[in-house]
Amino acid sequence: MTKKISLLVVDDEESVRDSLLNWFIEDGYKVACAESAKKALSMLETENFDIILTDVKMPGMDGLEMLKRIKALKNEAIVIIMTAFATVDTAVQALKDGAFDYVTKPFDPDDLSHLIRNAAKQILLTSENENLKSRLSLELVDDIIGNSEALKKVLQEVQNVAQSNSSVIITGESGTGKELFARAIHANSSRRFFPMVSVHCGALSESLLESELFGHEKGAFTGAVYNRKGRFEMADSGTIFLDEIATVSTKMQIELLRVLESKSFMRVGGNKLIESDFRVICATNRDLKKMVENGTFREDLYYRLNVVNIFIPPLRDRIEDIPLLVDHFLKKYCSAMSRSKMGIESAALKRLQEFDFPGNVRELENMIERAIVVGNGKEIKVKDLPLAKEVPVSHIESLDELEKKHILMILNKYTWNISRAAKALEVDRVTLYNKIKKFDLTPSGKDR
Amino acid sequence: MHQQKITLITLGVFDRKMLDQVAEAVQLELKTPVITHQEHIDLHTFFDSARKQYDGNMLLKIIESKYATNNSITIGLVSVDLFIPILTYIYGQAYLNGNAGIASLYRLGNERYGLAANDRLLLQRLVKEIIHEIGHCIGLIHCHNDCVMQSSTYVEDIDQKASSFCIKCKALVSE
Repeated sequence: MTKKISLLVVDDEESVRDSLLNWFIEDGYKVACAESAKKALSMLETENFDIILTDVKMPGMDGLEMLKRIKALKNEAIVIIMTAFATVDTAVQALKDGAFDYVTKPFDPDDLSHLIRNAAKQILLTSENENLKSRLSLELVDDIIGNSEALKKVLQEVQNVAQSNSSVIITGESGTGKELFARAIHANSSRRFFPMVSVHCGALSESLLESELFGHEKGAFTGAVYNRKGRFEMADSGTIFLDEIATVSTKMQIELLRVLESKSFMRVGGNKLIESDFRVICATNRDLKKMVENGTFREDLYYRLNVVNIFIPPLRDRIEDIPLLVDHFLKKYCSAMSRSKMGIESAALKRLQEFDFPGNVRELENMIERAIVVGNGKEIKVKDLPLAKEVPVSHIESLDELEKKHILMILNKYTWNISRAAKALEVDRVTLYNKIKKFDLTPSGKDR
Repeated sequence: MHQQKITLITLGVFDRKMLDQVAEAVQLELKTPVITHQEHIDLHTFFDSARKQYDGNMLLKIIESKYATNNSITIGLVSVDLFIPILTYIYGQAYLNGNAGIASLYRLGNERYGLAANDRLLLQRLVKEIIHEIGHCIGLIHCHNDCVMQSSTYVEDIDQKASSFCIKCKALVSE
């Protein structure tokens, strides 16, 4: 069912308010009126309106000042300025301050209908955009590929924990897809229709992280030219995902603990307590318990976050998932590159299953993407994989072995002519004789 | 319909013959008794010299307070140009879920748009506007179907819309 658009009409003239009220009610909108900017702002504190139509000249606060205040409170609000005394200056100022449109009273009935229809269309598009984003987060869960027991166990844990509101720490090596599992928890929770907001704690300095998490008021610091919502505020009714939680400074750890306990905070430079109902999911590839023992991570914060711990196994511990993952990435990247679906030869797949994958699924994904680019377009072969050139750890040869092989190869090449072989190797003949003796080399090509 | 009858009342100068024809057409369409009344009042007090038009809000208030009754819907008919403060002109207006409305003949005639007069078309347009305002009084809002409750900003819109309620609006009326 389509949401009924709500309008707030702000005008000091009763006849204008009544006219617009009747007109919009007949058009099926939900309408409220305010006789002053002050009244309108107080109504906006408790009620949400999709479109605000305001006069410019009103006793007390004028419409342009009210526009600025509304935009500071809710930047996405659609404000239409109406005036009987249109000037280019006020029109430009209104549009600069974020007005959706600027119209001169009285309007042609058709203009008014068009204006509101356009504003309603924008609201619809914004709402559709939000819905698509939430659907996208649901689809992201499909990216968790595999059929191994290890993965099944993790997915069961995800399913169990999703229904609760408990804090979760997701641990695992880099590239195991910790954020993907966090999204899976969010997408399976009752909060799924609200945003999941991600913060990469490791990428931000302490002061930036503070402003990012809590938001800031205009003028709070140099460069804070607008009021800005923080991630905790954005995550209201949804989930906040704090990636690389182990990198957070001691000062921020104290702040985080306070917010997690009270679910309320103040913006940087602000004095108004903001409440937000969010669920927190953290991720780290470090051993937080050890950090607590070392004194680099607060114990109280650790216990607050670590209500549930989900460990994502490295790819080398679930090699049976590699064929499914390879197939998934082949489909994904062939489609993205507009190529027909490629296969993979069994030798190449075997080599992948033997590989250690220190970079986990991320490394496998990059390998497949690269192989599609460099491959023949039909089937991925061992030579297309970067690991084909690598030598397994257990087969690394010593320097002596390599030297021996190389000398023998040169000697055979020059049919054991010592002078020519020594010249090719850029050593004197005595040195070459000493090496032949050291490695016990014979003309048959075999050492004794 | 909740109300038992419809009253069409003309304010100021209005052709009696047209009133009778309109009443008959509305009664036929809504299958509800329509009574008519002519009020020869001076509309000068509703004239706005700045706009050079007549105040639709004030006229509607007068119709509601002076002529409307609880068990009927009263629609005032005028032949002058109506405005409301926010709009350049209106064809008519009514109280949603109320018992009073107003409709003007002024902008419905072909001759206003440089075309030859057409009495039949004028009558059709006025009947549609009256039924539209009655619809608001019953509680109907603007409708996007082929329905008399479609919003009209130009006379062409009035000509194109149906002269009766659509199935959806009929169902709402009968609830």
